[in-house]
Amino acid sequence: MAGNTADKIQGGVLGWVDARFPLSQLWNEHLARYYAPKNFNFWYYFGSLALLVLVIQIVTGIFLTMFFKPDAELAFASVEYIMRDVEWGWLIRYMHSTGASFFFVVVYLHMFRALLYGSYKKPRELIWIFGVLIYVVLMAEAFAGYLLPWGQMSYWGAQVIVNLFATIPYIGPELVTWIRGDFLLSDATLTRFFALHVIALPLVLLMLIVAHIIALHEVGSNNPDGVEIKQHKDANGIPLDGIPFHPYYSVKDLVGVGVFLIAFFAVVFFAPEMGGLFLKPANMIPADPLVTPDLIPPVWYFTSFYSVLRAVPDPFLGVIAMGSAVVILFFLPWIDRNPVNSTRYRSFAHKLNLAVFVVTFVVLGYLGLQQVTAFYGELTLRFSVMYFLFFWLLWFHSRERSAVFSLASFVVLVGVYSLYDVTRFDPANAQLVFTAWLLPTAYLFVTMVVPVFARNLGRDRPVPERVTA
Amino acid sequence: MANQGVDRGRRRFLVAATTVVGGAGVAALAVPFVASLQPSARAQAAGAPVEVNVSQIEPGQRISVGWRGRPIWVVRRTPEMLDLLPGIRERLRDPDSEVITQQPEYARNQYRSINSEILVLIGLCTHLGCSPAFRPEVGAAEMGADWPGGWLCGCHGSRFDMAGRTYRNQPAALNLEVPPHRYLSDDVILVGEHTEGGTA
Repeated sequence: MAGNTADKIQGGVLGWVDARFPLSQLWNEHLARYYAPKNFNFWYYFGSLALLVLVIQIVTGIFLTMFFKPDAELAFASVEYIMRDVEWGWLIRYMHSTGASFFFVVVYLHMFRALLYGSYKKPRELIWIFGVLIYVVLMAEAFAGYLLPWGQMSYWGAQVIVNLFATIPYIGPELVTWIRGDFLLSDATLTRFFALHVIALPLVLLMLIVAHIIALHEVGSNNPDGVEIKQHKDANGIPLDGIPFHPYYSVKDLVGVGVFLIAFFAVVFFAPEMGGLFLKPANMIPADPLVTPDLIPPVWYFTSFYSVLRAVPDPFLGVIAMGSAVVILFFLPWIDRNPVNSTRYRSFAHKLNLAVFVVTFVVLGYLGLQQVTAFYGELTLRFSVMYFLFFWLLWFHSRERSAVFSLASFVVLVGVYSLYDVTRFDPANAQLVFTAWLLPTAYLFVTMVVPVFARNLGRDRPVPERVTA
Repeated sequence: MANQGVDRGRRRFLVAATTVVGGAGVAALAVPFVASLQPSARAQAAGAPVEVNVSQIEPGQRISVGWRGRPIWVVRRTPEMLDLLPGIRERLRDPDSEVITQQPEYARNQYRSINSEILVLIGLCTHLGCSPAFRPEVGAAEMGADWPGGWLCGCHGSRFDMAGRTYRNQPAALNLEVPPHRYLSDDVILVGEHTEGGTA
């Protein structure tokens, strides 16, 4: 609203500032006159909560940097020093370690909201892409931070992840040496990870978050009905179903902040290790390059993708599969071509697809924490296939498909993974393989074949003109 | 500020030339920064060879020593262990050590060792670098009745036999690496230096 200065010239300090810096203009564009749909629900807390966790991480991180020593000889002891000798050091560190896990809790819920209401669809593709970039940088940030305490889990977790690059043909081994800065994971690696963790990645993260919000405020927020509020404006050009972000949503978000902080500090005070999910017992032992702990699962927020890696027998193909599981998210706006945004008005088949995806992601996360056995290995493979089938179905449900196309693609898809099952057939575990085979097959059958015979299950519903309630 | 006398071709040339020269400058400037991340001279100099006395190793026992920050395993294999090696060829990915990077020439034989009894390996899984657990018992409970003894990597479930050879259909594609080593005497091995006349 650049016109403000013309119709209302402010005096005083604010006027002086506004003449030199667009302070009121920024305030209005992003808060007081940013019109958000009036029907935000529970799922809309997580954007502002992610910002809150970011602030917690930056503030606690600055204080930790004052006491931490990025040196392979001193790092582990300096973390002990923070925990035992620094006044309130334990609280600052537990806030930081718990904040890392909560960051991913909040971000995963925030991303699920986008899936639920189609918030990645036109014209919000760039918001989504900036968001996935934030997610990827956040993973790198968390990974780099996890090495710093230089415990057994830090060391061997980083060993595994860094060695993923060694599977790249030809350049792999050289590349890994370059990443580590040594022929093994050592002090050189620790110091560069420290630099990435405390300055390089946070800077990138902040810039991406600014881009994410600028893009959001350019096109406006989506909402649980997935309808465009800008299509119905009053005489002043204000959306009829919009309310100013401040004070309406700033106050609403404060409630979310309150509830969040109760949950957050309950964990910080009573379960900072979360039974080994947030901080692992093995990481209370200093890094020993000669002994690998019995089981080295990554932290919980990586385990879904880690499962995809383990599902593939070939190392390089495993890395490709794991990478694709993340990269495919970037293409979501072009995979899901259905014009209906909100799942509220999407077909039963799509709702089921989304529900199965949530279950798949959680089960893969659980499997990634477990020791490899024949049974878990089989489940990992099936659920990894189902992870990718979700995206296929998302495209498939872009519109109502013909009976022929539905049946043909069902047969082809089932045929492809059944063919793979034939090549690895082993009479010893035939029953396990067949039982597990039913999982993706039932999933595809209900979401692709059943709607052919019960058309209303595959049909989207009419979308209202304006937001409801 | 009249635009009339503008020579567009010349302007385009100058913009392109400046971009190319500037780009070359940026690329040149990136070299020292990228190269600084390579192992330093100190890291390259580190890694002196280590001596291992094998006389105290019981038959069937495995000891670990550190060399260049990596675990080195030395195992004294029993005759039973050695006898089982030829019988599992079919289940292995590279039974004849055909991938030459995984062992020096003098260890490229059926036992992957200089002295058939004494096996020397770098104890890091060739998949993603975890250190596998030693499971020497034949038919160990969770390994299956046909397990001839060897190593199991807890990270991704790769298995290796008593010569460090990898099985088929599992994450690790390469046999465990045999480090350069030589015998100083019958009982003392020097890990980190090749046997005379030997090459990697």
